[in-house]
Amino acid sequence: MLEVQDLKTHLFLKRGVVRAVDGVSFDLAGGETLGLIGESGSGKTMTGLSLLGLPPKPAGRIVAGSIRLGGTELVGMGEEELAADVRGSRIAMISQDPMTSLNPVFTVGSQVAAPIRAHVADGNARGAALDMAVRELDRVRVPSASARARDYPHQFSGGMRQRVVAAMAIACQPEVLIADEPTSALDVTIQVQLMDLIERIQGDTGAGLLFITHDLGVAASLCHRIAVMYAGRIVELAEVEALYRDPRHPYSQGLLASVPRLGQRKRLTSIPGNPPNPLSLPTGCAFHPRCPHATDQCRNEAPPEVTLNDGDGQSRRVACWLEA
Amino acid sequence: MKVYVLKRIAQGLVAIVGALLIVFVAQRLSGDPVALMLPMDAGEEDFAAMRSALGLDKPLPLPFGIFLGNALQGDFGQSYQWNAPAMQLILERLPATLELAMAGLVFALLLAVPLGVLSAVHRGGAIDRAGKIFAMLGQAVPGFWIGLLLILFIAVELQWLPAFGRGDLSHLLLPAIALGWYPVAAMTRTLRSSMLDILESDYIRMERAIGLPERAIVWRYALRNAMAPLATMIGVYFANMLGGAFVIEVVFAWPGVGRTVVEAVFARDFPVVQAGVVLSAVVFVAVNLLVDLSYGFIDPRIRHD
Repeated sequence: MLEVQDLKTHLFLKRGVVRAVDGVSFDLAGGETLGLIGESGSGKTMTGLSLLGLPPKPAGRIVAGSIRLGGTELVGMGEEELAADVRGSRIAMISQDPMTSLNPVFTVGSQVAAPIRAHVADGNARGAALDMAVRELDRVRVPSASARARDYPHQFSGGMRQRVVAAMAIACQPEVLIADEPTSALDVTIQVQLMDLIERIQGDTGAGLLFITHDLGVAASLCHRIAVMYAGRIVELAEVEALYRDPRHPYSQGLLASVPRLGQRKRLTSIPGNPPNPLSLPTGCAFHPRCPHATDQCRNEAPPEVTLNDGDGQSRRVACWLEA
Repeated sequence: MKVYVLKRIAQGLVAIVGALLIVFVAQRLSGDPVALMLPMDAGEEDFAAMRSALGLDKPLPLPFGIFLGNALQGDFGQSYQWNAPAMQLILERLPATLELAMAGLVFALLLAVPLGVLSAVHRGGAIDRAGKIFAMLGQAVPGFWIGLLLILFIAVELQWLPAFGRGDLSHLLLPAIALGWYPVAAMTRTLRSSMLDILESDYIRMERAIGLPERAIVWRYALRNAMAPLATMIGVYFANMLGGAFVIEVVFAWPGVGRTVVEAVFARDFPVVQAGVVLSAVVFVAVNLLVDLSYGFIDPRIRHD
C-alpha cells in the first residue's frame, strides 16, 4: 500500500548539508506494523515527516526518491494538494510530545473536529464535526468525552493528551498511521495502555502503522517487521523474530546486546564510539568507525543492500560487506 | 474571578489617589494662578482675598484633604477660564478624544496585524524587510511631524482631506493616522516575533500533519496564540492615546481632552488640568484592567478562577 523507494531528505544548513534521510526504501501493507528503530539523529523522525511532505522548513527538502501511496506519487505533489488530500486524511501522525502537540487556546473537541471539517465532506458543519470528534474521543477512551470535549488541553494529563492527539490522527480513518515515539514522554503504565490503544485502533481501521521508536522492547511487542536505521539509512530490515534471534548487521547486534535482560548477570555492553557527525559522515559504511569487523573495503565503499533468505518464505535486507 | 476584579479595582484606586497627589503638589509648585486671574492694577488685598476665596492660602495637607474629598466626588472646582465645572468641561470633550483614539488604534491594528503576520510567514522576504524599515521609521519619526507632513501634502497640496477640526469621517482620517503611526512599529515587531515562535511549535506541526489549510493555520490557530502579547500592547498604547493625544490634538485642532488640557496649562487653569490628568489616570487604570481580563478570553490557561 505504501512504497518508499530510495528516499533522500537533506537539510541545507549554513554549515553544510545534513543527509538526514539518505536512500531509504521500505514498504508497508495495510494492517501491518513496521518498526523504525535507531538512535537519536538516525533519521527516523525525518523519514516520518518526509512521508507527510513536511521536512522542517526552510532547511529541509526531499531531494530524491519516491513515496507511492496506493498508486499515487507523493513526492513532488504541491503543498495545497498534500494538505487537502493526503495529510490527516490518508497519512496521519501521532507526534512525540503530548504536552506540546495540542494548541493551548482551542478546546480539545474543536481540535479533534478540525481534521474532520477539513477532510470529511459531511463533517463540514460545525455541530456535526463536533459530534464526530466526540465519537473519536470516545474511541480513544477519553472518559466522559462529550463533556471533556469542551475542556482545554491544559486541563488534561499527559496520557489523556496523547489520546487526544491519537484521536486527531485517526479522525479521518487514514490508511497509514505514523507514531513517532508516542510513548517516550509517558509513565510506563500509561505507555502500556497507549500501546494497547494503538494496536486496537489499527485493528479497527486496518491502517498500516509506522512505529518510530528507540525502545527495542516496545518495538518487539508491537511490530511485525523492524527496520534498523543508522545515519540516515536502513542498515537492516527483517521480520521481528528473525531480527531479535539473529541480528546480522553489526549495528543491530550492538543494539540488541545493549538491552538489559532479566536473569542475566553479565555486564551490560555498549556500542563503542558515538553516532557520527551528521555534517561529515564517515566514508564508505557510516558505521565503520564503531564496527568491530570493519575492513578497508568498509572504510572506502558503501556496502550494497543484500537480500537474505530467513526460511519460511521470509527474507531480510542487510547493508553490510560481511553479508555481501 | 470576582475577588480578583475587586482586588484590581482597589489597586486602581490607590494608583488614582497617587495621581491626584502628584497633580495637586506639582501644580502648587508651578506658579500663582491668582496673578493671571486678577487685573494688572489689583492691589495686595485683592490678591489675598482671591487666594483665600480659592483656598490657596492654607497649608498644603489641608487643601489636599479637601481637594481629595471633592475629587472623589468628581468635583474639581470651577474652571478659572471658562467659569464652568472643570470635570464637566473635560467630560464634554471626552467623546472626541475617544473617537480619535479608537480610530488611531484601528488604523494601527489594520496595518500591524497583517504586516506582523506576513513578516513572520515570509521571514527574510520582501514584506519582512519592508516591515523592518517601516518599523524603524515608525519608532524614529514623531507622530506630530507625521501629522504636519500629512497636513502639508494630503490636506494642503492635494486637498483630499480637511486639515483640522472635527466633523465627518474625512476629518478623522489624518489625525488617526498620525496618532496610530507610532504603535504600528512596536506591534508589528512583537507580533512577528511571537508568530515566529508559534509557527515552529509542535502544535502547529501537528496541525500541518493533519492537513489543515495553511491559511487557517496561520490566521486562526497561530494568530490566536499570538494575541496575548498583542493585547498587552493594545492596552498600553490605547491608554496612551486616550490620555496622551495632546500633541496630535493640538496639531489637528481636535476639540478633545488633550487640547483642552494643554490650553488650561498655559492659562494656569488648575482645576481643568487636574480634572484632565486625573481622568487620564482613571482611563489608564480602567483600560489596563480590561486588558488583564481579556487575557482569560484569549488564553484559557490564565483564566482567573
